[in-house]
Amino acid sequence: MSGPSEYQPTHPALKWLERRLPIIGLVHSSFVAYPTPRNLNYWWTFGAILSMMLGVQILTGIILAMHYTPNADLAFKSVESLVRDVNYGWLLRNMHAAGASMFFIAVYIHMFRGLYYGSYKEPREVLWILGVIIYLLMMATGFLGYVLPWGQMSFWGATVITNLFSAVPYVGDSIVTLLWGGYSVGNPTLNRFFSLHYLLPFVIAGVVVLHIWALHVAGQNNPAGVEPKTEKDTVPFTPYATIKDAFGVSCFLLFFAWFIFYMPNYLGDADNYIPANPGVTPAHIVPEWYYLPFYAILRSIPNKLAGVIAMFSAIIVLAFLPWLDSAKTRSSKYRPLAKQFFWIFVVICILLGYLGAQPPEGIYVIAGRILTVCYFGYFLVLLPLLSRIEKPRPLPNSIADDVLSKSGKAVASVAIMFAVAGALFAGSVQNARAEESPVPPSEKWSFAGPFGKYDRGSLQRGLKIYKEVCSSCHGLSYIAFRNLADADGPGYSVAQVAALASEYKIKDGPNDAGDMFDRPGRAADYFPSPFPNDQAARAANGGGLPPDLSLITKARSYERGFPQFIFDFFTQFQEQGPNYVSAILQGFDKKPADVTLPEGTYYNKYFPGHAIKMPKPLSDGQVTFDDGAPATLAQYSHDVTTFLMWAAEPHMEARKRLGLQVFVFLIIFAGLMFWTKKKVWADAH
Amino acid sequence: MTTASSAGTTRRDFLFVATGAAAAVGTVFTAWPFISQMNPDASTIAAGAPIEVDLTPIAEGQDIKVFWRGKPIYISHRTKKQIDEARAVPVASLPDPATDQSRVKDGHDQWLVVIGICTHLGCIPIAHEGNYDGFFCPCHGSQYDSSGRIRQGPAPANLPVPPYQFVSDTKIQIG
Ligand code: FES
Repeated sequence: MSGPSEYQPTHPALKWLERRLPIIGLVHSSFVAYPTPRNLNYWWTFGAILSMMLGVQILTGIILAMHYTPNADLAFKSVESLVRDVNYGWLLRNMHAAGASMFFIAVYIHMFRGLYYGSYKEPREVLWILGVIIYLLMMATGFLGYVLPWGQMSFWGATVITNLFSAVPYVGDSIVTLLWGGYSVGNPTLNRFFSLHYLLPFVIAGVVVLHIWALHVAGQNNPAGVEPKTEKDTVPFTPYATIKDAFGVSCFLLFFAWFIFYMPNYLGDADNYIPANPGVTPAHIVPEWYYLPFYAILRSIPNKLAGVIAMFSAIIVLAFLPWLDSAKTRSSKYRPLAKQFFWIFVVICILLGYLGAQPPEGIYVIAGRILTVCYFGYFLVLLPLLSRIEKPRPLPNSIADDVLSKSGKAVASVAIMFAVAGALFAGSVQNARAEESPVPPSEKWSFAGPFGKYDRGSLQRGLKIYKEVCSSCHGLSYIAFRNLADADGPGYSVAQVAALASEYKIKDGPNDAGDMFDRPGRAADYFPSPFPNDQAARAANGGGLPPDLSLITKARSYERGFPQFIFDFFTQFQEQGPNYVSAILQGFDKKPADVTLPEGTYYNKYFPGHAIKMPKPLSDGQVTFDDGAPATLAQYSHDVTTFLMWAAEPHMEARKRLGLQVFVFLIIFAGLMFWTKKKVWADAH
Repeated sequence: MTTASSAGTTRRDFLFVATGAAAAVGTVFTAWPFISQMNPDASTIAAGAPIEVDLTPIAEGQDIKVFWRGKPIYISHRTKKQIDEARAVPVASLPDPATDQSRVKDGHDQWLVVIGICTHLGCIPIAHEGNYDGFFCPCHGSQYDSSGRIRQGPAPANLPVPPYQFVSDTKIQIG
């Protein structure tokens, strides 16, 4: 694996080190002099992108762990305080959460690239198998990490996935108990998941080292699929591959930043903003998008054990790919049939992913079964068959020839399109609440869009409505009085906040006599909840639990449907929550004659199932404003929803502001990288 | 080298420098959130707001310990003897010269308010111990007098006086 030029240190200190530990020489031969095929296209930059994403995830993860508390009672709150109180906490969390999805988008592109160009074939079998191991570890890490925020999807995802192991004959239940450390998913489960989630990325990093080692022994594959023969076929890794990878990375960062700064919840599930509740399963359990194809395979098989086996086999089969496909020609470019079937396989995977997000009923089940058969058929029947019957087209003599006869040059835009398509698909599955309720109308929100800002007047009126109406039943427990004076908030002064806080009675203590006592609130106190506990809240509300409103606008959503969700990605539409909350407030209506409502419920057009336990809370003229805003229900709903949106995301303005700066920088930087890359490569052609 | 190609080289060098500089700037700005997050968060800062302490329960010759920003604050109700001792010592002879008057509030000479953290390495000195009617640090034997000034031992400085003021004769606000 030695490059064209050996590393010869000249500085005496480096010489001294090199004789004792040839580490600089190793880096030099692996990342500087290392000969890389000159015809690599941008699909090959995903290796570098993945390395970067692993670094980003480890770095942001270590930092999140500094603020996270792995305790079932505190985990959800600790994530919220991270996002609200820690300097740039929202940024670091968005990076880590969106980063997981970016990591998977990149790994899927990387894998499909390997599949298309036959990168698993002799002598790269071990390289490929190491890759499959990394992928498995990533899936495990992603799952463990998704459990940590301890929201509803975290909890129920953990329950469903760990229960997969109960399918194992005889010892299944014991295994599940072992995983849980209890009789159900609970605090011990969360603790061990945190520990393992911290561990696995370093295991991944270790296997990545092996993966790169194996890569450098076998040498990189290339789009032509012929091995480099002469020096003309290769270029030194640095600067050629380095600069190309760096350009690829900077384009990927643009894509990544779109999620971090503008669509942080596009890939998430609204239910995960509801704290874990072991007593209520969300109506529709969906795993994160990157597991969906396998989830679809699991569900399409009516037998529990067989389903679990099928799901795991769907991944394990990848490890046998080098032997299932024994065709001598590597690159699908020269395999007319394999090329077509490759694209069919890509579509199968995407469709399986789509089905994984749909309710397991009717046509979806049948389609799932057909596609499961196709999925396995591709590996177990088609590839072995093709390698025997297919007549490949003639290969170019050498890589240099391939470069000269450049035909279909894959460009970055293709990569970006692919990534966007993947993300869109991912977004399509974010929340598949199947409801027959009408879709809440889209209101005009001042905070929508890339430059959206909260309307201060609206925030202040909303606070007034919350205080006078909502607060008699609903808590706002993540909001401290001091937040009302925060930058980007309702814009009260510190003195106004102190005065407002002192109107509240806060329980404190114990004092020297050991008694709890009431004292006037201070800026650092949080809005007190109207009921001391959930039981009291239910007792006072006819059995219904008025939810805490701190996160309500992020914890509610509705299906936008195809193709609307695609436009949403570009228009940055993410106001389902506010639309829903506002619609509920205005959705109280006379009960239609054909509807029967359970005792103690009220008819609401937009509430799922229409029977809501909350009586109509707001009517025209109920609250008076000093600033002349109309005292109408529509105005009330709009204002209180704006206020609650701020309560759910107090740093939204900072996020969008920083996002703009980052985008300006990244676009300039990617442009510079592009021209630099062109200049560097000008020499190579 | 012809003129044309050397002009090309300059343009290229400029491009490389610009790209490198942009990368460096980007790295520095990216590093900032990662460092800044280590600072106290907003709730910690808010919890560090001033506190009020009622002095009425503290009898002469007694002291209490209250916590402010996680630090123990000693509030001593000094006896006449303690005050006299603190004022009798020649200031110039002290390791960290400061008059007793400068360490208490005018007209409230009996009240000594100090942060009870040894200026050596941060242990908590014990009140009413040592040779100077003040504080004694058990860790490495620093001794502070009845004004909280370092008199003996490895500590380099007097016990610091936190920011505080008298809200009334019997109530102080620390912070
Ligand atoms: S810490 Fe007090 S004497 Fe060393």
